[in-house]
Amino acid sequence: MAEYNRPLPSPTPETRHFWEGCREGELRLQRCTSCTESYFPPRPFCPACGSREVEIYKASGKATLYSYIINHRPRPDFGDQPHSIAVVELAEGPRMMTNVVDCPQTPDALTLDMPLEVTFEKANDEISLPKFRPAKG
Amino acid sequence: MKQKTVAVVGAAETTEMGKIPNTSQLMLHADAALNAMKDAGLTAKDIDGVATAGDSPVEIAHYLGITPTWVDGTSVGGCSFMLHVRHAAAAINEGLCNTVLITHAESGRSRVGARRFSRDPASQSGQFEVPFGITNPPTMFTIPALRYMKQYGVTEGDVAHVAVVQREWASKNPRASFRDLITVDDVLNSKMIAWPFRLLMCCLVTDGGGALILTSAERAKDFPQKPVYILGTGESCETPMISQMEDFTTSKAFRVSGKKAFDEAGIRHSDVDHLMIYDAFAHLPIYGLEDLGFCERGEGAAFIREGNTRPGGKLPLNTNGGGLSYMHSGMYGMYALQESVRQMRGIAPAQVPGAKISIAHGVGGMFAASGTIVFSNEPL
Ligand SMILES: [Zn+2]
Repeated sequence: MAEYNRPLPSPTPETRHFWEGCREGELRLQRCTSCTESYFPPRPFCPACGSREVEIYKASGKATLYSYIINHRPRPDFGDQPHSIAVVELAEGPRMMTNVVDCPQTPDALTLDMPLEVTFEKANDEISLPKFRPAKG
Repeated sequence: MKQKTVAVVGAAETTEMGKIPNTSQLMLHADAALNAMKDAGLTAKDIDGVATAGDSPVEIAHYLGITPTWVDGTSVGGCSFMLHVRHAAAAINEGLCNTVLITHAESGRSRVGARRFSRDPASQSGQFEVPFGITNPPTMFTIPALRYMKQYGVTEGDVAHVAVVQREWASKNPRASFRDLITVDDVLNSKMIAWPFRLLMCCLVTDGGGALILTSAERAKDFPQKPVYILGTGESCETPMISQMEDFTTSKAFRVSGKKAFDEAGIRHSDVDHLMIYDAFAHLPIYGLEDLGFCERGEGAAFIREGNTRPGGKLPLNTNGGGLSYMHSGMYGMYALQESVRQMRGIAPAQVPGAKISIAHGVGGMFAASGTIVFSNEPL
């Protein structure tokens, strides 16, 4: 695999479980054990009620396409073709930024609310990025 | 804040605007400040409060020779100057200082002495947005628009129309960067930046700056310029990450800031003669019209398309040409405030006849923060 030359995240103590999950092929969310709210990005307390009683769980990886752009500005590290930058809504509720992959990067192919599923793109031994592709079946 | 207890008594932009390769960012601050002090008939010795964003107010105060008793470095993006006006009004009313200078400058195009912008890969955005290819505002601010367009059946042509109308205003402004009239087709045929956004739906990148001087309404009567009173103010913030905006069809920060400003001012929407909505991109005025309550949800684009905001329309909007056609050095909020002050003084290049109440509404970051100022040119 070619050396990954795109910007990569630096996990912090509060987010490490998420990135470890991605490395292991799991999309990990957190939820509050008091009010049951699922949330993202990671933090060791519930943003809805302030409780520190939160748990990490494996999300379904299912999502729908909430909104996106197709970037035409030069990003040689993303190749020489326009590419999507998307926000998906996870089945569990939270939204996250990602790229929609395994799909033509065109307005016709990328329709809002289309069902998606997570796939992990390995950047190096530490970091895999959660990407989303059209759901199979 | 208390209505009309504080007024703008000095207001000016940098001597030049657009491309200023022979001047550093720091000197652009000073140029705008010196112009505003001249406008108010003051010198640095008369200033005892300093606010700026991006750069440090310490740097500005020292460079100009000001010893302040009040300092505000609130830096929440392009609307920071609306927040400075709000904070300054409170500080003046509380007696923390008497005469406040607010400066903005950015060598946005020439990058002479301009700070570098980088996101820490351990920051929230650095971890959860940057790895997916966002670079700068054109690849971030634009992301919510498609959801809005689908929800309300708004077309790419509707969004393009915003730029067309603002160019009409710019054509009346000799200082505007772009003054030639354009059509919806011109906008749709301009270079694709980040579908559905074309070049002419995105703000300019220029050099420039501006400065405001505020003091109590009591003292304002003795200044050379017609005082422009602060009638109401609002501020709020939502999220540092566009992906985490609560609802992609509406800005919570806009709604909270706008409502606060209207409530403080005690006015109705029909009282507003002139409106500035920070237009970093063509969808911003649509969101602003709705979130400030001038239009129902989903009706902002039609309101603009039908001509209500164009010259001669019932709600003149972005009368300097806006960030899309006038200028945009990076933190445009200062220029929206400057145009509101010109309109209230009655000296704007595209003056709205008889305008008595003007609102300047700003955005900071990518729908991250907001500030709203209601101005009046009539004393209490
Ligand atoms: Zn909770």
